[in-house]
Amino acid sequence: MQRIGVFVCWCGSNIAGTVDVKAVAEALKAEPGVVYSTDYQYMCSQAGQNLIIDAVKEHNLTGLVICSCSPRMHEATFRKTAAAAGLNPYMVEIANIREQCSWVHKEMPVGTEKAIILGKAAVAKVNLNTSLTPGESPVTKRALVIGGGIAGIQTALDIADAGFPVDIVETKPTIGGKMAQLDKTFPTLDCAACILTPKMVDVAQHDKIRIFSYSEVTEVKGFVGNFDVTIKKKARFVDETKCTGCGDCVDKCPMKKNPNEFNMGMDNRSAIYIPFAQAVPKVATIDAGACTMLKKGKCGLCSKVCGAGAIDYTQKDEFIEEKYGAIVVATGFNPISMDKFDEYAYSQSKDVITSLEFERLTNAAGPTQGKLLRPSDGKHPHKIVFVQCVGSRCAACAEKGKEYCSKICCMYTAKHAMLTRDKYPDTEVYVFYIDVRTPGKNFDEFYRRAVEEYGVNYIKGMVGKIVPEGDVLKVQASDLISNKQLHIDADLVVLAAAIEPDKSARPLATMLTASMDTNDFFTEAHPKLRPVESPTAGVFLSGACQGPKDIPETVSQAGAAASKVIGLLCKDKLTGNPCIASANEMMCNGCSSCERVCPYGAITYSDKEFRMPDRTTQIRRVASVNPAVCQGCGACTVACPSGAMDLKGFTNSQIMAEVDAICK
Amino acid sequence: MNKKNLREEIILRSGVNPKKCMKCGKCSATCPAYDEMEYHPHQFVNMVDTGDIEPLLNSDSLYKCLTCFACVDRCPRGVEPAKLVEAVRLSVIRKQGENHLTPNDIPALLDEDTPQQLLVSAFRKYTK
Ligand SMILES: Cc1cc2nc3c(=O)[nH]c(=O)nc-3n(C[C@H](O)[C@H](O)[C@H](O)COP(=O)(O)OP(=O)(O)OC[C@H]3O[C@@H](n4cnc5c(N)ncnc54)[C@H](O)[C@@H]3O)c2cc1C
Ligand code: SF4
Ligand code: SF4
Ligand code: SF4
Ligand code: SF4
Repeated sequence: MQRIGVFVCWCGSNIAGTVDVKAVAEALKAEPGVVYSTDYQYMCSQAGQNLIIDAVKEHNLTGLVICSCSPRMHEATFRKTAAAAGLNPYMVEIANIREQCSWVHKEMPVGTEKAIILGKAAVAKVNLNTSLTPGESPVTKRALVIGGGIAGIQTALDIADAGFPVDIVETKPTIGGKMAQLDKTFPTLDCAACILTPKMVDVAQHDKIRIFSYSEVTEVKGFVGNFDVTIKKKARFVDETKCTGCGDCVDKCPMKKNPNEFNMGMDNRSAIYIPFAQAVPKVATIDAGACTMLKKGKCGLCSKVCGAGAIDYTQKDEFIEEKYGAIVVATGFNPISMDKFDEYAYSQSKDVITSLEFERLTNAAGPTQGKLLRPSDGKHPHKIVFVQCVGSRCAACAEKGKEYCSKICCMYTAKHAMLTRDKYPDTEVYVFYIDVRTPGKNFDEFYRRAVEEYGVNYIKGMVGKIVPEGDVLKVQASDLISNKQLHIDADLVVLAAAIEPDKSARPLATMLTASMDTNDFFTEAHPKLRPVESPTAGVFLSGACQGPKDIPETVSQAGAAASKVIGLLCKDKLTGNPCIASANEMMCNGCSSCERVCPYGAITYSDKEFRMPDRTTQIRRVASVNPAVCQGCGACTVACPSGAMDLKGFTNSQIMAEVDAICK
Repeated sequence: MNKKNLREEIILRSGVNPKKCMKCGKCSATCPAYDEMEYHPHQFVNMVDTGDIEPLLNSDSLYKCLTCFACVDRCPRGVEPAKLVEAVRLSVIRKQGENHLTPNDIPALLDEDTPQQLLVSAFRKYTK
C-alpha cells in the first residue's frame, strides 16, 4: 500500500481565486492511500518544495500528488523535488487544477468540485505507480550534414571546429549551393565568390570534415545519438583520389553541346566537366547521359588525355554505411519553374529571364564574362523591366505559384537594379512591385539608395502581360499611384521567381521521420523557441530548407544548428524517457498491428520458445519494443487487439483507475 | 437601397470577397479595356469594398468591360474582379425594372461594332 501525500497549490490567486484549496486538501485526505494533505501559496517556490521534502521524511511518503498548474509547466520541477526527497521521480502525479480548472471556471463551488475530482483521479493513479528508471544509450560522436550550400558549409565548419568529425553529403558534383552562382550580395555588395570560396577551401582542408559530393542519402535508420545512414556515391566515372582537376579532359571532350546547369543553361559544357573553377572538390564528373563512350562505347578521349589516369568508365554507384549521432538538414531551395506563367512569355522569349539567370549574366565567371548582354542577340539592353513577386503571394494559383512571400527577392531585385544603373548608367531600369519588403539591418537604406542615388524607377503595380514583338518585349503594366496602364518596350525582362524547397526534401523528410509544412519546408520543433531543431530528436535544420532566407539569416541559423549538434555530441550517454511501451509476451499473438502503427519503427518481432502448461514447448512470434527508439506515443497500446502492449507510467490499469475515480 | 445593403448585395451576388485583394494591380495591368474604363478593375474591387458604389453605378465603365475574364485569370489572389463588375452592372439593370432583353430583341441590336462576347454575356444576364 502506498503512503501518499497531497499538496494543493494556490498559485497566488490563480487557483485560490476560483478553487477552495483548503476544501480540496481536506476532501482528498479521505482518499485511499492518502496519509497527508496540505495546501500552500506557491508550491513550486523553494519554500514550497522544502515543505514537500520535509513531509516525505516526516510521514514516510511513497507517492506524491501535486494539485497545481499543467504538468507541462512544472512536472519536471516536482520530479526533481521527489528525487531530492529520496523518492523515485516517477512516483509523482500532477492534477492540473489551474489550466483545466480554475482558469476555465468562474464559480468557486464548480471549480472546487472539479479540483477534488481531478485530485482523486491523480491519487487513484499514484496508487498504481511504480518506480521507473530511464534507459541510457551511447552517442556516436559524428555528425551528418545533408546539403553543401552555405548553410551546410557553415554548420559543418562550426561542428568540426568544436572537434567533432562531420560528413557533408552534397548531391551536386561540388559544394557551394546557390551562393556560388551569385554575383554580388546585398546589403554590402561584396562578391559572393570572394566570401564563399575561402569557406569552401576551409571545408576541403579541415581534417575533421569529409565531403561526399555527387552523393545522396538513401536510407536512415536508428534514433538520436545512433543513426545508421546509407549514402549512395553516384558513379562520376572519375577516380576522385587521382583526379587533379587540371581540366585537360574538359578541353578535349568532343561532346560540348550540353546545357551548363551552373550557368542556368545559358551556355554549354562538355560531357566531362568541372562545374566552376573554384569547385570543391575540384574533380571532373562525366555526365553519363551525354558521354558517347558510356552510351555507345565510342570515344574514350578523356581517358587518353588524362595524365593522372583518373578516368574509369566502369565505375559503379557505391554505397557507404556510416553511424552518426546527429543529422543536420541543409537542402536549401530552388526558384520555381516559370513555364506556367504564360503571361510573362518566359518560354517564348530568351530575353525574359529569372533573377538567378541574371546573376549569371552579370557574373564575371558567367556565360558573358560579366557583360550584361541579351541572351537572344548578345546586344546591350537599354531598357530593363524587373517584375517582383512572380509566383509568390499567389494564393489563387497553387498549380503554378506559392502562397507565401519568398522574402529574398525584394532585396536582390534592388541589388540587380542598382548594380545595373551603376555599371550601365545609360540603361533605364523599372521595377514593378506590390510592396517593397526590406526588414533587415541596412536593408531599407539599400533599397532607398537604389531609388534616390541610382535613379531606379520603382512603380507600384504589377505587370499584366509581356508580348515579344520583333526585338522588343511589349510590357503592359499597372501604375497604381498614377492610375495609369503603362506600355513599355523593354529589351530585357527579369522575373523575381518565387523560391521553393528542393524537390528531394520530401522523400528525405520521410526517411528522417521529420515533419514538413504544406509547402515542403521542414518544420521546426517550436517556431520561436526551438527554431533550428526538428521535432524529431537528433535532426536539426539549417538554411533555406526551413523557410526562405537570405545569407545572413542562413549563416546565423547554421551556427545555431551547429551549437545544438555540439551540445548533443558532447554527451557520452543520452537519458531516455522511461515512459515507453512494452509488450507482454504471454499475451502477444504476433499479429503485427502494433508494428504497423508505430511511427518510429520501434517494434520488432522474434520467434521465442514458451513452455506450455502441459510441459511441452511452443515457438511463438512475439513483439518487442526497442526502448531507445520508442518515444512513448502510445499508438501501439491502442492498436493491440489482445491488450498485450502497455505504456509504462500510463498503463491501461492506471488510466482505468483514473477514469473510475472521476466517474465514481 | 442604402450603401451598406448595396455592398452586401453585390458581394453576395458576385460571390467575390474583395478583402482578398492585395492591391497589386495585376487585373488592371492585364485589362484590354483599361483605357476605355473610367474605373479600372482594381478600383472596382476597392470601391465595392469601401462601399463607394454610387460612382460605379453611374459610370460608363460598367458597359466598357468586355467580360473577357483576363483579370479573373491573372489575379494572384483569386478575387475575380470581372464578377464584381458584372454584379454592379446587374444592380443597375435590376433597378431599372422589368426591361429584360429577350432572345428576339437581339437581332435588332446587332451592329458591326458590338463584340460577340458582349452579346453572349448580355444574352446570358438579361434572360435570367
Ligand atoms: C537570384 C538570387 C539572388 C540572391 N542574392 C542574395 C544576396 O545578394 N544576398 C543574400 O544574403 N542572399 C541572396 N540570395 C539568397 C541565398 O542564395 C540563400 O540565402 C542561400 O543560398 C541559402 O543557402 P542554403 O545553403 O540554405 O541553400 P542552397 O544554396 O540552396 O544550398 C543547398 C545545397 O544542398 C544541396 N542539396 C539539396 N538537396 C539535397 C539532398 N537531398 N542531398 C544532398 N544535397 C542536397 C544542393 O545541391 C545545394 O548545394 C539570393 C538568392 C537568389 C535566388
Ligand atoms: S569519353 Fe565521354 S566524357 Fe570522355 S571525352 Fe569522350 S565524350 Fe567526353
Ligand atoms: S520578398 Fe518582395 S518580391 Fe519577394 S515575394 Fe516577398 S514581397 Fe514579393
Ligand atoms: S473582364 Fe472586364 S475588367 Fe476584367 S480584364 Fe476583361 S475587360 Fe477588364
Ligand atoms: S489582381 Fe486581384 S489582388 Fe491584384 S489588385 Fe486586382 S483584384 Fe486585387
